[in-house]
Amino acid sequence: MKNIWAILEREYSNYFVSPIAYVVTTIFLLVMGFFFYNILRLIVQNSMMAAMQSQQFGGGMPPIDVPSVVTRNFFETLSTVLLFMLPMTTMGLFTEEKKQGTIELLLTSPLTSVQIVLGKFLASVAFFLSMLAPTLLYFVLMQAYSQPRFPWSPVFSGYLGILLLGGSLIALGAFISTLTENQIIASVSTFGVFLILWVLDFATHSGDSKLGDALNYLSVLNHFDDFSKGVIDTTHIIFYLSFMTFALLLTLRSFESMRWRQ
Amino acid sequence: MIEVDHISKRYGSKDAVIDVSFAVKDGEILGFLGPNAAGKTTTMRILTGYIPPTAGTARIEGLDILTQSLDTRRLIGYLPENPPLYGEMTVESYLHFVAKIKGISSADRPRKVEEILVKCRLVDASQEGGDYRRRLIKHLSKGYRQRVGLAQALIHDPKILILDEPTVGLDPKQIIEVRELIKNLAGTHTVILSTHILPEVSMTCHRVVIINKGRIVAEDTPENLTLQLHGGDRLIVEIKGQLEAVKSRIQALPGVLEMASKPLNGGGAHELTLEVSTDRSVRNAVARAVLESGAELWSLRPVSMSLEDIFLQLTTSEQEIEGAPETPTTATPATDGADAPES
Repeated sequence: MKNIWAILEREYSNYFVSPIAYVVTTIFLLVMGFFFYNILRLIVQNSMMAAMQSQQFGGGMPPIDVPSVVTRNFFETLSTVLLFMLPMTTMGLFTEEKKQGTIELLLTSPLTSVQIVLGKFLASVAFFLSMLAPTLLYFVLMQAYSQPRFPWSPVFSGYLGILLLGGSLIALGAFISTLTENQIIASVSTFGVFLILWVLDFATHSGDSKLGDALNYLSVLNHFDDFSKGVIDTTHIIFYLSFMTFALLLTLRSFESMRWRQ
Repeated sequence: MIEVDHISKRYGSKDAVIDVSFAVKDGEILGFLGPNAAGKTTTMRILTGYIPPTAGTARIEGLDILTQSLDTRRLIGYLPENPPLYGEMTVESYLHFVAKIKGISSADRPRKVEEILVKCRLVDASQEGGDYRRRLIKHLSKGYRQRVGLAQALIHDPKILILDEPTVGLDPKQIIEVRELIKNLAGTHTVILSTHILPEVSMTCHRVVIINKGRIVAEDTPENLTLQLHGGDRLIVEIKGQLEAVKSRIQALPGVLEMASKPLNGGGAHELTLEVSTDRSVRNAVARAVLESGAELWSLRPVSMSLEDIFLQLTTSEQEIEGAPETPTTATPATDGADAPES
């Protein structure tokens, strides 16, 4: 446990000594701020128009639940933006150790491979959380101006889903970074794999075959939909946890095989 | 105590280390000598648990490096050829990190880090700007990186030290400092150090293992190696006079093993190089032989064979011998394609 913490601590602070962390966080927050503002503006506009229409023509239309629609749209956008951002946070995890030769220090220290892999994975998740944390402010602001108050539960389920999705993608990215010595190759291939996982989601809409069902189940983004709607379904939690475990096992195997590939 | 037991390492079809066995006693400093790509680094990497051997094993303090890897790694301090440093960290935070992963308790850590900073001269109060604690490692010069690397290897006060070319890139003053540091470790630590700088071996090591093309070609104390391999000393004799007469007289002497001559610039003077037995009386006999033949004796001086000569002789003759029997092995197709190296 102490060893995992040591690796985690070093890896986490390492994010903040290079400009990558600041660039990624800044761009991420700019993009998300832009989306949040526009989603909120559009939906408030629509809801006002709907309210005016129902006043003019009398009844019929139920009022729009603005906070829940905003929350849902926001998390759906966020899940897509992650596909672009997370490769930057995982690309250096193992590539840099190999390039700088510090892998030799880790592999000859009394650390187990599990400790090293978990430490690095958790550091990346921790960085992801710190990147994500400021977006909570959007909801605090929305709460402050909403009348009546909206419930926090959909926001909570959304963040839970994002955490699970992010964790899965980070585990996969960590695996890819064990395969190469080059950060750019790692980040581009991670991005490519994420994109394919995203496109899987598209492909499944057209097919009705058994294969379509299987692809549909495998699509990482598909499992996120319910979370953004405020539904916590254990199927999805189990899917993400098994995805993460599988990717981490691959990382572990690949990391251990590095000794044989020197 | 380190016992290396028939270790071999293959990279695909290329043999890096072939059936290497040796032992290092407690408190001994062993020099690991060989030309580049002889298998020094590979052997050290196997001992430190960085890479597994293809065959054979080794025991460190009685623990097997393969089955008790975590325990043996705890005992070893290792300085690789390229010090494993995180450029973006400060010297102090890096050493704290290393202390943590080497299992030093948090109570001891500040003291240990402080001790090692002083020991490796990374903090020097007597010098202006001698405090390297807060410097980023990437801004350090090669010599200081090497010191941080050494500090990293020594911080947990390991029983076993494995140093891969510890003095590379240092200036002469630093080299002396590092050698002193290593010598001071003798007795309490068991050290293996690799180098291709020969004086370093005769200055610091108790015993030498010479390795070439993956095989051990010689193993002894530096002094014994000099004696054993050459059976004696070398004398340089400068004479003026009848060369042939002198030669035939010297040849007849019992202690002279080999003789070569070359003319010195002008005036009929010659320089004779004699390989003689260690018996000192030979020198006397040689001098007498020269004078009795009527030639002038300009000078007679013993040259002790340097380790360089031995090293060159061993590693070059080994190459010539090896050529023939090695061919069938290399011609056999590699069956273990699985562990083919990437690099």
